[in-house]
Amino acid sequence: MLSDEHKKLARWAMEYGLKQGCQAARVTLYAGSDTEFEVRNHQLDRLQQSSENQLAFHAFVDGRFGSFSTNRLEKHELEKFIGNAVDAVRFLAVDSDRKLPDPSFYYQGGIDLLELFDPAFSTIHPDRKLAIAHAAAAEVLGKDPRVLSVQSNWNDGCSFNYIISSNGFEGENAVSYYSLSVSVSVKGSGDARPESFWYDQSLTFDELIREGIGSIALERTLSKIGQQKVASGQYTMLVDNINSARLLSPLLSAISGSSLQQNNSFLLGRKGQQVLSDKVILIDEPHEPHAFGSRLFDNEGVATQKRSVFSKGVLETYFLDTYHASKMQMPQTIGNPSRLVLNPGSRSCEDMTASMERGILVTGFNGGNCNSSSGDFSFGIEGFLIENGQRTRPVTEMNMTGNILTLWNALTEVGNDPRRNSSFLIPSLLFDKVDFSGL
Amino acid sequence: MTYNKRKTVESSLITASAILTTSTGSRCSIGEILTHFGVEEQILKRVLTTALEKGGDYADLYFEHTFNHAVSLRDGEVNSTFSGIDFGVGVRVLSGDQTGFAYVENTGPEDMLNAARTAARIATSSIKSPVKDFGLKIPAKNHYLIRQSWEDISIRQRIPFVQKLNDRIFSMDSRVNKVMVSLSDASSHILFVNSEGVMYYDFRPMVSLTATCIMQENGVFENGRAARSYRSGFEFLTDAVVEEIAREAVDETSIMFRAIKPKGGEMPVVLGAGGSGIFLHEAIGHAFEADFNRKGTSIFSDKLHQKICSECINVVDDGTIPFNRGAVNLDDEGAEGQKTYLVREGILTSYMHDRISARHYLVPPTGNGRRESFRNIPIPRMRATYMENGNASEADIIASVKKGVFVNSFTNGEVQIGAGDFTFFVKSGYLIEKGRLTTPIRDVNIIGNGPKALADMTMVASNYKMDDGTWTCGKDGQSAPVTCGMPSALIGKLTVGGLN
Repeated sequence: MLSDEHKKLARWAMEYGLKQGCQAARVTLYAGSDTEFEVRNHQLDRLQQSSENQLAFHAFVDGRFGSFSTNRLEKHELEKFIGNAVDAVRFLAVDSDRKLPDPSFYYQGGIDLLELFDPAFSTIHPDRKLAIAHAAAAEVLGKDPRVLSVQSNWNDGCSFNYIISSNGFEGENAVSYYSLSVSVSVKGSGDARPESFWYDQSLTFDELIREGIGSIALERTLSKIGQQKVASGQYTMLVDNINSARLLSPLLSAISGSSLQQNNSFLLGRKGQQVLSDKVILIDEPHEPHAFGSRLFDNEGVATQKRSVFSKGVLETYFLDTYHASKMQMPQTIGNPSRLVLNPGSRSCEDMTASMERGILVTGFNGGNCNSSSGDFSFGIEGFLIENGQRTRPVTEMNMTGNILTLWNALTEVGNDPRRNSSFLIPSLLFDKVDFSGL
Repeated sequence: MTYNKRKTVESSLITASAILTTSTGSRCSIGEILTHFGVEEQILKRVLTTALEKGGDYADLYFEHTFNHAVSLRDGEVNSTFSGIDFGVGVRVLSGDQTGFAYVENTGPEDMLNAARTAARIATSSIKSPVKDFGLKIPAKNHYLIRQSWEDISIRQRIPFVQKLNDRIFSMDSRVNKVMVSLSDASSHILFVNSEGVMYYDFRPMVSLTATCIMQENGVFENGRAARSYRSGFEFLTDAVVEEIAREAVDETSIMFRAIKPKGGEMPVVLGAGGSGIFLHEAIGHAFEADFNRKGTSIFSDKLHQKICSECINVVDDGTIPFNRGAVNLDDEGAEGQKTYLVREGILTSYMHDRISARHYLVPPTGNGRRESFRNIPIPRMRATYMENGNASEADIIASVKKGVFVNSFTNGEVQIGAGDFTFFVKSGYLIEKGRLTTPIRDVNIIGNGPKALADMTMVASNYKMDDGTWTCGKDGQSAPVTCGMPSALIGKLTVGGLN
């Protein structure tokens, strides 16, 4: 937890920067801690503990801007650090769009706290965490002779941020997190050693799913034995809820201020137009209590709000922070999304699989990229060939290729199964006629 | 941090007067280094002794003080900058294959001792290993002896090169619409001591210059990127490197207007010299990292000393290439940076080792134990990974392909260690039709299986080239600077992403 001394230091740093010649300044003070236990097979393989602090100083000097960070928090070192920072900024070109947010955009309070920090965080004994990691590994050990290696990871931590700006913003947040994951490697066909994983993560200890993680990891790994590629062609594609958010990332990058302002976006000038299937209803919902991604304000202190991103496929917002909004002379929104919710449909991944005549269920991506100017993409995939509603063989070593806007226009159904343990709640997605390259 | 470059400070401690070579070849003493980090030998021994109090058989302390700087250009002007300072010490304890680790961001005795007590908990033995007296280890050769440290260079001296790169790109092609340039540098001071008495100091410079170009033609935008990165000082910034990056950025962008997506499927792939080394990194490099093999999860776990490809193939991982982004004088466990043959005349001759795996396989360490920072434990990592020259010519290789693709510009790659499936994303290349390069291609992922692809490599040219781009490898949540390179080569069959 950040102490009053931390906050006094942040305020002092801001005021010292102003004395050194900044016309405006923002200071962010971060403190956090992290614990990890890694169990391999029957034995603790690694324990790791850490705690850290960092001060970030954002200097606005004579219409110029620079950002600086240090983990040396003694005042005499900060004095030199801030002094050098202000001197360095003076060498830059003037950029009048660099400025603090207008105070009217700042979070002013009035929203219930989001309950992102577990009050029990400091009460969980390390032995209990280690026992959970061992128990997760034990769900796999001895269960199948093909198992080569089991790795179980426990991770928990907390982070605290305090932001203070010279034009009146002051805010802080605290977040705790817990995660449990299991990776399994098995002897496959030939020399192959397929591996897979399963995990859960939560904001509070009580919410973390601790049973079944190892068993699911084993089941997912065994299902990959015998993977092979199938014939190239156009297939119906179902992407499961572990991987569906990957297909959203190029769209989010394309509507960020940094891409748009540099004319490096395939969605430049498309706001207000229907660019995706009318099945896409995507909303940024930052105020859900007790949820990953929720927040009251962003890194600038700007208040978050519920915001429609795509409404029936129509692009309704760009993500513009103070700088890019000013640069593009457009209304300011927020620098990046907080907690994205894709309006769910009515069927599960299993139900949609059962109704597929012939297609590919994608359960993992392997590399690939998307061109930010054109939206042209090509991703490696693995998963299963689906024939008459059944998984008939595991597939791998295949690529799916196309244009991301064309793909999202070929969306035929959204599932009902977003994972709750993510800031992107994207269910399984069904697409028509996707180009796959294999044999 | 600036040392007195001429003077050696005497000290009462045995090692404190030992002479070290600093970044620029001048001399300083280990006493100055210890003073800089605010520690003394007795304290270091006490921390190591505490780290071993629960029965660990080995402990080390890794001190780091890093200074980062960056200046960025957008819309024609250098209008933002960043600087960062990172300081701390990681305490590691080994008990057999088990690792205990903790770090703190200051070097006060109590904080270091607390970290040592945390890391010590990995062990549960009554046998206590001793801490030996320290002896200073000097690397056989400094692979990044620079002339001008970035710590002595002001932002004002950096800016003209950034501006020049922007201006040069605009001058080369009227279709250039936007340019982004970034110049970033880092200066890291590393002090290492372990319970076996090894102490070393290393200064690690790094610089990267990157340009992204956006062009517009008939209402269509395309982008391209070029970068160079070295363990080098300010002398890196020359008109020649600016010209090189500008030309490459413009060429990479302009070709995109003519490029098509090919028809997808299995076909021969000719890897162009240089950046195609990403194939080695992904297809076999990671699978040769000894931690995966020690744990039995790599597809090459049972292949050591076996023939895995043609006799014409030699693959090296090298930490000794001067000023290379992947160079290491001493790795992050004190092992000498070295040139390691992974594949020699088609035989898998060595994995890449950290301390734990070297002990497991009863072989000397290969200098691959690297960590992102004091916040991380060392693990086996690549450095500069490349294939040595073969006997063919690139022209002959292309001529031998009736229908396939030639690839020479890449953005990223990935691998599944156990299955052996690797990918790399081709930003641009060419169709090969009847033995000739024809239409440019773009934005395709190529996927294959590492052992099969290596075994299917039938021709290797004699035009080896190292790619000195900003390659950064991610593993276990840690980033490491690396490079890759190779001569042109033919792989008989890979799956090329494309349309049907």
